[in-house]
Amino acid sequence: MSGKPDPRHTRPRGARLTKWVVTAPPTLFLLAFFLAPALIVLVASFQYPGEFGGLAPITNPGDGREHGLTLENYAFFFSDFLFAEIFVKSFTVAALSTLACLVLAYPVAWLIARSPRHHRDLLVLLVILPFASNFLIRVYAWMIILGPQQAVAQAVNGVLALFGLAPVNLLFSPFAVLVGMVYVHLPFMILPLYTNLEKHDPVLLDAAQDLGANAWRRFWRVTWPLSLPGVFSGSALVFIPVLGMFAVPDILGGTRDMLIGNLIKDQFLGVRDWPFGAALSILLTLAVLVLAGLAAWAARPRGAT
Amino acid sequence: MSLLEIRDVTRRFGAFEAVKEVSFGVEGGEFFTLLGPSGCGKTTLLRMIAGFDLPNAGRILLDGRDLADTPAELRPIHTVFQSFALFPHLTVAENVAFPLRMARVPDDELKRRLGEALDMVHLADLADHYPHELSGGQKQRVALARGLINRPRLLLLDEPLGALDLKLREEMQLELIKLQREVGITFIFVTHSQPEALALSHRIAVMRDGRVEQLDEPSRIYGFPVNRFVADFIGNCNLLEAEVRAADEGGLRLAVAGLGEVRAPPDGVSKQGDKGLLALRPEQVGVAGEADPAWGNRFPGTVEDFLYIGDVTTYQVRLDNGFRLQALLPNAAAGRARFFDPGDRVTVGWSGAAGHYVRET
Ligand SMILES: Nc1ncnc2c1ncn2[C@@H]1O[C@H](COP(=O)(O)OP(=O)(O)OP(=O)(O)O)[C@@H](O)[C@H]1O
Ligand SMILES: [Mg+2]
Repeated sequence: MSGKPDPRHTRPRGARLTKWVVTAPPTLFLLAFFLAPALIVLVASFQYPGEFGGLAPITNPGDGREHGLTLENYAFFFSDFLFAEIFVKSFTVAALSTLACLVLAYPVAWLIARSPRHHRDLLVLLVILPFASNFLIRVYAWMIILGPQQAVAQAVNGVLALFGLAPVNLLFSPFAVLVGMVYVHLPFMILPLYTNLEKHDPVLLDAAQDLGANAWRRFWRVTWPLSLPGVFSGSALVFIPVLGMFAVPDILGGTRDMLIGNLIKDQFLGVRDWPFGAALSILLTLAVLVLAGLAAWAARPRGAT
Repeated sequence: MSLLEIRDVTRRFGAFEAVKEVSFGVEGGEFFTLLGPSGCGKTTLLRMIAGFDLPNAGRILLDGRDLADTPAELRPIHTVFQSFALFPHLTVAENVAFPLRMARVPDDELKRRLGEALDMVHLADLADHYPHELSGGQKQRVALARGLINRPRLLLLDEPLGALDLKLREEMQLELIKLQREVGITFIFVTHSQPEALALSHRIAVMRDGRVEQLDEPSRIYGFPVNRFVADFIGNCNLLEAEVRAADEGGLRLAVAGLGEVRAPPDGVSKQGDKGLLALRPEQVGVAGEADPAWGNRFPGTVEDFLYIGDVTTYQVRLDNGFRLQALLPNAAAGRARFFDPGDRVTVGWSGAAGHYVRET
């Protein structure tokens, strides 16, 4: 080697190396833990079910068993209107849960963001504290809270009785499912909202007020539009897990309330029809991707935030 | 009646008084400046006028009406913030039109006035840009247009030029003067830069520690400071302790310890025995190899140091009694940085009509 390396050349090469070092781990991570499993599921959705669960082979094993690829799983989905109904119901539950989470989380996130700086960490900790106990236990707790002998049900039915209405059962109802979903996912809405709201420059609200905006319009003209990125990420963090959730409807919804999550779980663990379960998963993923695409388009970046 | 009247306004934060019994009036169409060092209460006062904060005592009146019960959004007073506070999610046009939207101005009128406002600050081409795509000067102009578009009675500007670099600052100063003259709206301008205050204002209120020390036209603030603080804060000033020995129509005869008798212009109020300061601006002090007969006051000294600024040179002269005086001499002849060198024996002097006797120390 002769002479010193020309800094003009080493700098970009160094930068390129840095770029690789920085981007390689997430890339590998995504390949290993997202793309590969997704591909396996995709392939499985075109296979036949194995005799005792699992998958039938793709290549001919030579013993007369079913083998190869098929569109049957997808055909089955579209052959029965029931499945589409479950999809619609699941998306409705997910949308309602997201909306309820948003309405409940926004004031909480706003209050945390407004509170004195040295209180914020503590408040955030309180938001995530429930994660310290087991998820199933927390959901079962709602079974007790919503039970017919408990104060909540008594109060609701007491009010209904005043209007001469028949008592209702809170537990094992779509309402209980919704409550459970909202409860479980609320922190996932609060945290991104808080992270966003905390960054807002308070002088913008002063400016809006100064220029004639009352509290209501300051919120809708300034705070809300500036918080949209937080709203979207929070909504995604609630909406998508709610779609796949089966434990909450299992515990709080009783047997009548089947959502996609339960349907898919049943294919793998109950009916042992893996390929149909895989096809359902793929359809669900596609539906979510389409929705996410629409949301991204609706929220396409305009001004910087 | 003044457009805005501040009466004995006090604002406390705990035991600390940020604004202390401040009173003054601002006239319609005036370019009024609050000038003072950092922390003297300028922003606090401005926030009370805008309505973001309320005085603990005293009243603020606009057109004779007490503003105490009027929230900020209903006061016909707008603010241009130091950080500009443009809405990042709105375009230039949407930002500027914001006050009109809040006032529910009909669409066609809004369009017309928006066009006028953008033209006024030369931003029509950037109407669809977002704030993060603008330079500092452009943001400043958006903030100005937004503050002026629905013609407030009063525009408050809190160090609006503080975020700009020097060159742009000077440009914007000229634009501000022009704009204020064109729209005829009363400006209350806050700054801690004294050249800026002198250049822009009709009147200046010099503040210190929550009080107004002096309120007057720029030339009078500069020429006739009322106390040591104002004299020192506004420009450079030589300050000599002085006692009035005699006062008559012809002028004051002051005893300056170590210099003997010094003549100063009459002020009409001071009398024998008063103690105060003689304030001499460096440009009033001359330096010569020979004593200039025109000088009513002259003293021998030695040049200690000089500072070449370009158009002028400042000399520091040590008088034989140990006093140091600053003198400012214009450099009319090109290519010449100084007339005197450190160590030169010189005579410094000033006319008996120069200088100003400051009664308060
Ligand atoms: N909300 C507050 N709480 C406590 N003290 C405050 C508050 N606002 C201002 N102060 C104090 O009041 C004094 C005046 O502050 P102010 O912001 O009015 O100064 P200023 O003249 O605008 O200074 P600058 O030129 O630095 O902007 C300062 O000492 C400041 O610390
Ligand atoms: Mg300030």
